[in-house]
Amino acid sequence: MKEYSFFPGCSSEHNASAANMETSVRSLCKMLAIQLNEIEDWNCCGASIGYAGGGVIPRLSLSARNFALSKQQQGDKDLVATCAACWLSMRETSERLAHEPEVKAKVNLALKEGGLTYDGGIKTRHLVEVLIEDVGWDTMKAKVTKPLSGLKAAGYVGCQTNRPFGVAGDSFENPQYLDRMIALTGATAIPFAKKVACCGGALMFSEQEKSCQLTRDIIQCAVDGGADCIVTPCPVCQLNLEVYQGKINQLFGTSFNIPILYYSQLMVLSYGGSWTDAALHQQVVPADVMKKFV
Amino acid sequence: MTYDLTFAKEVYKNSEEGHWIKMCMQCGVCAGSCPLGFLGAWKYSPRQIFQMVRAGLRDEVLTSSDMWMCTSCYNCIVRCPRNLPITHIIHGLARYASVQGKADPKQPTHQFAKDIFWENIVATGRVGEAALTMKLYFKDGIGEGIKQGLEMKDSALGMLKAKRLKPLPFRGKIKGYPGFKAMLNKAFELENKKEGKA
Ligand code: SF4
Ligand code: SF4
Ligand code: SF4
Ligand code: SF4
Repeated sequence: MKEYSFFPGCSSEHNASAANMETSVRSLCKMLAIQLNEIEDWNCCGASIGYAGGGVIPRLSLSARNFALSKQQQGDKDLVATCAACWLSMRETSERLAHEPEVKAKVNLALKEGGLTYDGGIKTRHLVEVLIEDVGWDTMKAKVTKPLSGLKAAGYVGCQTNRPFGVAGDSFENPQYLDRMIALTGATAIPFAKKVACCGGALMFSEQEKSCQLTRDIIQCAVDGGADCIVTPCPVCQLNLEVYQGKINQLFGTSFNIPILYYSQLMVLSYGGSWTDAALHQQVVPADVMKKFV
Repeated sequence: MTYDLTFAKEVYKNSEEGHWIKMCMQCGVCAGSCPLGFLGAWKYSPRQIFQMVRAGLRDEVLTSSDMWMCTSCYNCIVRCPRNLPITHIIHGLARYASVQGKADPKQPTHQFAKDIFWENIVATGRVGEAALTMKLYFKDGIGEGIKQGLEMKDSALGMLKAKRLKPLPFRGKIKGYPGFKAMLNKAFELENKKEGKA
């Protein structure tokens, strides 16, 4: 059993928008003997748009508090996130604390008011990195008992799981890891030109029509390529591509109805997990195309 | 054009990562990388904004809606040949414009990011998506809220059905909230000194 400290993030809370990711990730980790210990009483990481209200020190204090709690509760264990935005803001915070002594000193003055301190030393990682680097491709592949043969998936990496830090030494313009994860389940990763295009992120809330133009292009590209589903590691991408399909159809006269799944859902099914283990009952666009694999 | 470096110096000193603007060689790679730039959302690209900072166009920069069109996609950062942390410079300028009272409070991303999203975090320690959505709908009053709510009702119902949205009760505060709040108060005190507010 490999043990990690775990930061689920707001969208992975019970009954929150990425509850399907959370459930399928939990199932996946159980199958791969990964134990995720949730940090007790964690707070939001501030995401990328935290800059507007939070500036530098308040924004970075958010993740620093989680680091301090993680260290208190879990010692030096690596801190793992599943949400791209959470991972990114944690990575950014740990790099700035490590390289900017003045920032670190100020953040610690703030932490002290809450009875905490953080001296550095915790490694922040994305679950995908844990899977690739600690579990390994061979083990991940060996677990497959029900290959998803014939399923055509567009692997949508999006931005923040990819830039600016990257996963597994992949390139920013054409990362391979997600396609490899799709392929190990027995499905086919179709060539997908919009693999790393932006879905609009948090601007889906404030600039909805413009963001819908971005997501329309992404979905259209997958549909044109013959995809049965789009697969992503990111809860923001998942939400933006899935929930707004109705709106996109209404705005642009399209008739999209394509399931947007997490890599973890594919893997759980291919490992012989059930429909509910994979949280496929929690899709907004029904994942009927997956029914033949349970 | 005459160059007045007063504003540039102000940005280098007070705006997050602003000093990097000195290093920009105006190649335009960032301008070609913005997802919403292609949709005409940006009047001035990051490249132009940086040159406007150096040209001393204080009001034009700080009142611009452009910085708020950043989706945080990090395309520019990984492509800039001079390694400027462009995303953070743009975020920094947006924040600085807000702090200086120059950014339009009704600019949609400004309003959402600062008054709705950030305040949602500050209120409980975590983002409560239901409360967030309600505030977003009702930011322009009840009538507009109902209209928006109705427009999005199919997606909201879909999320409810999928048990990925829980309307009530809104989530409560995290347990360590008093310490969390004390931390943020101190952090803002330190931040305000740097931003020249306090
Ligand atoms: S980035 Fe999103 S999911 Fe991650 S903690 Fe913050 S609000 Fe929550
Ligand atoms: S693809 Fe989606 S998640 Fe990635 S930044 Fe663009 S917005 Fe973010
Ligand atoms: S890519 Fe870098 S150097 Fe080129 S214009 Fe943009 S900021 Fe300047
Ligand atoms: S991070 Fe912001 S500024 Fe950079 S390319 Fe993306 S939208 Fe443009």
